[in-house]
Amino acid sequence: MKKLEVGELARISLCVNGAQHAVSVEPRTTLGDCLRNDLGLTGTHLGCEHGVCGACTVHVNGATARSCLMLAAQAQRYEIHTVESLAGNGELNDLQQAFRELHGLQCGFCTPGILMTLTELLRDMPEATEEDVRLALSGHICRCTGYQNIVAAAMRTLESRRAVHERA
Amino acid sequence: MNARDRVPASHIGKRALRAEDVRLLTGAGRYVADIDLPDALHVAFVRSPYAHALIRGVDGSAALEVPGVVAVIDAREMATYVEALRMPLGWPTSDLPPDITPYVLCPEEVCFVGEAVAMVLATSRYIAEDGAALVMVDYDPLPAVSDVHAALEPDAPKVRREAPGNVLREFRVGYGECDAAFQDAPHVFRETISQHRGGAHPMECRGMVAQYDKHQGALMIWASTQMPHELAFTVAKALGLPDSLVRVVAPDVGGGFGCKFVVYPEELAVAAVAWHHKRAVKWIEDRMEHFLGAIQERDQLWDVEVACDDKGVVRGIRGTMLHDQGAYTPQGVNCAYNSSTAVTGPYAIPAYEMRVTVVQTNKIYVIPVRGAGYPQGTFVMERLLDRIAFELGEDRAAVRARNLVLAEKMPYTKPLTARSGRPIVLDSGDYLDAQRRVLEQIDYAGFDAKRQAARRDGRYIGLGFAHAVKGTGRGPFESGSVRVSSNGHVAVATGAMAMGQGLNTAMAQIAAEQLCVPVEAVQVISGDTAHTSMGVGGFASRQTVTAGSSVHYAAVAVAAKLRKVGAIMLKMDESAVCLRDGTVCATDDPGRAVTYSEIARLLRGIPGYDLPPGVGAGLEATIHWEPTDMAYAHGFHACEVEVDIVTGEVRVLRYVATHDSGTLINPMTAEGQIHGGIVHGIGNALFECMRYDDQAQPISTTFADYLLTTATEVPPLEISFTESPAPSNPLGVKGVGEAGTIPVTAAIASAIDDALADFRIRVSRVPVEPVELVRQIAAHEQAAG
Repeated sequence: MKKLEVGELARISLCVNGAQHAVSVEPRTTLGDCLRNDLGLTGTHLGCEHGVCGACTVHVNGATARSCLMLAAQAQRYEIHTVESLAGNGELNDLQQAFRELHGLQCGFCTPGILMTLTELLRDMPEATEEDVRLALSGHICRCTGYQNIVAAAMRTLESRRAVHERA
Repeated sequence: MNARDRVPASHIGKRALRAEDVRLLTGAGRYVADIDLPDALHVAFVRSPYAHALIRGVDGSAALEVPGVVAVIDAREMATYVEALRMPLGWPTSDLPPDITPYVLCPEEVCFVGEAVAMVLATSRYIAEDGAALVMVDYDPLPAVSDVHAALEPDAPKVRREAPGNVLREFRVGYGECDAAFQDAPHVFRETISQHRGGAHPMECRGMVAQYDKHQGALMIWASTQMPHELAFTVAKALGLPDSLVRVVAPDVGGGFGCKFVVYPEELAVAAVAWHHKRAVKWIEDRMEHFLGAIQERDQLWDVEVACDDKGVVRGIRGTMLHDQGAYTPQGVNCAYNSSTAVTGPYAIPAYEMRVTVVQTNKIYVIPVRGAGYPQGTFVMERLLDRIAFELGEDRAAVRARNLVLAEKMPYTKPLTARSGRPIVLDSGDYLDAQRRVLEQIDYAGFDAKRQAARRDGRYIGLGFAHAVKGTGRGPFESGSVRVSSNGHVAVATGAMAMGQGLNTAMAQIAAEQLCVPVEAVQVISGDTAHTSMGVGGFASRQTVTAGSSVHYAAVAVAAKLRKVGAIMLKMDESAVCLRDGTVCATDDPGRAVTYSEIARLLRGIPGYDLPPGVGAGLEATIHWEPTDMAYAHGFHACEVEVDIVTGEVRVLRYVATHDSGTLINPMTAEGQIHGGIVHGIGNALFECMRYDDQAQPISTTFADYLLTTATEVPPLEISFTESPAPSNPLGVKGVGEAGTIPVTAAIASAIDDALADFRIRVSRVPVEPVELVRQIAAHEQAAG
């Protein structure tokens, strides 16, 4: 990477939700700020900006990462996915639908990050138990729901996917 | 309108899905930080690093050299923008001293860490923060007061030099012959209780975007607030503008929990700069600022006595309470007042007296967090009842049963007044039945055997429980408008605030019920001062009661007009038509009908042609319903905990709760409120603590230091409802937003006592710290030899 002069913007290229974007940012710009401010993807929320609350969680090459703790310039080599990528053709996916039907969200601020973590869990641990779900969620803070209906939505999605898998 | 006038729609009580969820789940929510205006200037505040200091000077010259920094504004500059540099008192009352509110920007003497001294405006938040770090403030540190005990020392330094002393206010609440009740009482027990609650911590911090509208000479504001109307009125007054030129929109609000129920200095500062500089200005608070500058609840220290007979029937309660108010008082002392009036709760206590001292300290000011003082009052009462049971060897449940207000005594008037001056009247419900049901569900009767079996395995488990009541639906009013547009759509507008509770869906259900349309056909607009001229906002578990009743009556009025005009159009007598599926039709022939759309079109008017006689234009109604009495919601909670006696860790193993929230509009969202409330309470019982050092320097300013409950600390919550309709409002509803939080600390403390009965440990402070339990266990074992 070429050395930048003081005050010079870094020209970077990011692959987000399958599309390539060229942006110029200060080198210190976090991935979260870049997604929100430069790419207009405001579904990713910043709740603490010190890596605890989990609201800003995105996928980096399919693995969850805190977008507040990663620089945009570091994300160039990877495929980034955000909450905006989950619904296909405007239809809620099964996890999102379960959140809606089981009231797994209230104010909705922490929800995008939680959806990204559960998307990873559903993919990697199809046999996950309620305890596994709670462990996965322990990297997130939700002040509204008491987690109960988030867990319920994850469990319903796990069960319905398992049922589909068994029928197949 | 009675049931014959419409085909019952029965939307009330249904688990209607929320309209906003599709947006929120797909990343299409719009929170204040998402409002992106071209050329907006970004704000970073320069905040005091001292709890108490004199400001000798503010020098922004180094900051102004940073490329992108546009302005540095200090208090002297701000004073030229606003009517008064001092914030107005939120709820003006005559019983508070003058000069107690914070400043828009602090001019001379900072009184808590985080107090805003200056603001830097720049082309990005990053650059604004660079600038803020370079603003040189010359401070002359003063001694700081870090807690209420220090504040009350005879030679204590003053929290604010301008104040006559550190006591803001003293007051007494009570009734009955308290001294007589204690004289000759068979038993008197004394408890000293220390309670701490911490911050509100919605996941979205505060924030505001203000835009000067050069076309209208108006100010457009987006803010994450629980009180858009109060914010608009306060900004208008501060800037000398008519109300009509300030519009506040609260977009999607990422939770409030009390901390957005006050107009903050930062908000006036941002609005004033936008107006004065005719620019768009954006301030999005970060979490560190939230720890420093957003309201908290903190410490209440209680010294209380209870007098009772041999069976544990309470004769009287008396004592004192010290309340840590912080450095300023932007909006009264209702938290302390609520705590002291909430003690007796669901119990019939013959005599009561509490002397409260509201004490100032060099910390951010206190405004109620979810529960608003009720959790502390409840904790005191329930601890006293457990103490009675412990001392007399009586059963904890039996002691409660002997003191509860029984169902046949309802409505039960307490000789205490709410803040409105009206008596507290417990209006409905069967508290004892709630206790019986929950204790059966958690198998209280079989718990002794379970506890002993666990003990044989080296495990310490315990069961605890607590009652709570909460006055809900605080007035004086909330606005509700219902309008049927000429395409037949129904729009509801209210001054109430949606911030995750499902308010809009509940309002849609209430309107749909009267208008016989699907819930999805109702669009609800809340949080926009352009749509309602008056509004109070979201706090005190009030909105379903107050806004709900207004929307109900407005919908009733619109339904009546629909029938009247529909009958005219059908050339039928009004008594022969009814509302059905978005039409007015002949009761005995639904095919003979006119649609709402046709009726609304007629009432929209056609130039030159008369409207039908005696009905007036338009199809809308606005109601500002005023409650006379509060609706008292009740909850009874029981939980099982396990304490690790080596580490002091407390785990909640099981949690069972029942609530009487009156008629439920939407059981799904009501349950969600209870879930969230309970988990907030678990945090208050076990984790959340805002720590300060002896110089009032906050030392828990990240989520790694200040612990919020996560999913692994919560067992599945077992919730049930009973529905005793509140008589004081037309829907029979009681508020549900805070009730879940209130009994939690008391129930968990009771369970910990039970688990650690071998060590004779009795919890008298929350949050319960593991290290403190370990210390007490060690002390007991040492004493036992």
